[in-house]
Amino acid sequence: MSATFFILAAVTLIGACAAMMLRGLVHCALALAVAFAGLGTLYLNLGAQFLGLAQLLVYVGAIAVLIVFVILLTRGGDSDSPALSPTALPIAGVLVATAIFAILAWAIFHTVAIHSPGLPAPQATIRQLGTSLMEGYVLPLEVIGLMLTAALIGAVIVAMKEKQDPR
Amino acid sequence: MPDQMFVLLKHWILGYSPAVIQPAVSILLTIIPILLVFPVLFALTTVLERKGLGRIQNRYGPNRVGFYGILQPMADALKSLTKEDIVPASADHTVHFLAPLVLLAVAFLPYAVLPIGRNMIAANLDAGVLFFFAIGAISELSVFMAGWSSRNKYSLLGAMRAVAQMISYEVPLLLSSIAVIMAAGSLSTVEIVEKQAGFSGIFPHWYVLTPWGFAGFVLFMIAATAETNRSPFDLPEGESEIIAGYYIEYSGFKFALFFLGEYLGMFAISGLGITLFLGGWSAPLPFLTWIPSWIWFFAKLVGLIIGFIWVRGTLPRLRMDQLMNFAWKFMLPMALVVVVSAGAWRFLPQGLTRWLVSTAFIAVAYTLLARGVETRNKIAKRTYRFAE
Repeated sequence: MSATFFILAAVTLIGACAAMMLRGLVHCALALAVAFAGLGTLYLNLGAQFLGLAQLLVYVGAIAVLIVFVILLTRGGDSDSPALSPTALPIAGVLVATAIFAILAWAIFHTVAIHSPGLPAPQATIRQLGTSLMEGYVLPLEVIGLMLTAALIGAVIVAMKEKQDPR
Repeated sequence: MPDQMFVLLKHWILGYSPAVIQPAVSILLTIIPILLVFPVLFALTTVLERKGLGRIQNRYGPNRVGFYGILQPMADALKSLTKEDIVPASADHTVHFLAPLVLLAVAFLPYAVLPIGRNMIAANLDAGVLFFFAIGAISELSVFMAGWSSRNKYSLLGAMRAVAQMISYEVPLLLSSIAVIMAAGSLSTVEIVEKQAGFSGIFPHWYVLTPWGFAGFVLFMIAATAETNRSPFDLPEGESEIIAGYYIEYSGFKFALFFLGEYLGMFAISGLGITLFLGGWSAPLPFLTWIPSWIWFFAKLVGLIIGFIWVRGTLPRLRMDQLMNFAWKFMLPMALVVVVSAGAWRFLPQGLTRWLVSTAFIAVAYTLLARGVETRNKIAKRTYRFAE
């Protein structure tokens, strides 16, 4: 628990809260990007280099840009759009949040690492990650790659203009 | 020993500082030179660029301030500092203010993983190359922030163009670096440079001197030009159509910050190109190793910058559809072939075979792809008709 941890945690929390409470949709998206970046740097702070950098690359670089694009293309970014109404079911929201928190807490408190503090922190270098992806988990990797390619081609087909005259 | 003089200087200063503040002093001594050297290089590059473009366009370029106009950047800096900072009334003030700051911070971060000399690197990360690209991805967001917050049609158009272009060209950029990562077997920039040290005969073991490395380097530099929004890929700021793109509503020093950020991005990505393909700080010939390593890095950097300026002065701007077609129909398949070719190079035994196989992959792919693009777009030799 160093000073950097608290700074990064504060940045992440402030970003997440701002993403919920700000009015403009684009502002929310940018605040969400701040939260993502904070989370990524937290991973780096914990020594998980690959995870942290992938978080930055994928979430800040791709997902945030995607969200922003979607907002702009659906014209939700106008400042004169009606203010977001407070959630219709505040109790349901609180319930869902508590349930997710409880599940996560339960999962974390039942891991091996917490009950055996003497264990050294596992070190996963990028080389190890790479070899296990390319050797042990090569089939899931290929399947995911195939699925993503299919999704990409599907998106292109959906977006393609249909021919005007079908002969 | 001039090669290590900056490293030794740092240790000498550290020796005189009390133990409590030593980590902080060490960090400052690493960061401050980066924060000083590259902006100075930026100032020199603006002169070089304006002079070079002037030569290409048959005019003098700046020649009034100082000897041969060498002090022009000082005048530019004073001018932009004294100009009024105008923010449009309808602009989103917070985001408008933050955009140049984010861009600049993101432009400085990649230098942390660039080895600018032997033992001269700010942070020797295990995943240095990944860090570089992760940080580079954030700059897209800052460009979008600038374009959106100005509430100007042209700036929004420019930002959209910039983001679309940066996302498209990131793919071949990453793929061409993957070839090097495969060959070196590491993501650490230091290790990649070390893998390229040494000579066979008089030729260094640089990756650019292999068939796949050469093709990868060309692809990398094209993608880098697009990634930094430089001519001929400067549609996001196309002066004749959308005036200046995403920074149209910025004036005074914020405008200068955008320029600084853009050039720093260009230096950083050139530095990565040098690290990946041109052997980093190593000397090109065995009898030149006595010249300090950092001089080699900066010599290569200036060489690439001159290349950028030359290209900018020579090539016309692309159209949007040409840009996208080029990225997805030529660069992407070509980069994939480069990856395959690098794999073949890695697993074939040393000798003539792997040279032939690796070259054949690239030559065949290049011919077929170039033919395909040519016939698909009906590009033919331009015919002119003149009045008799």
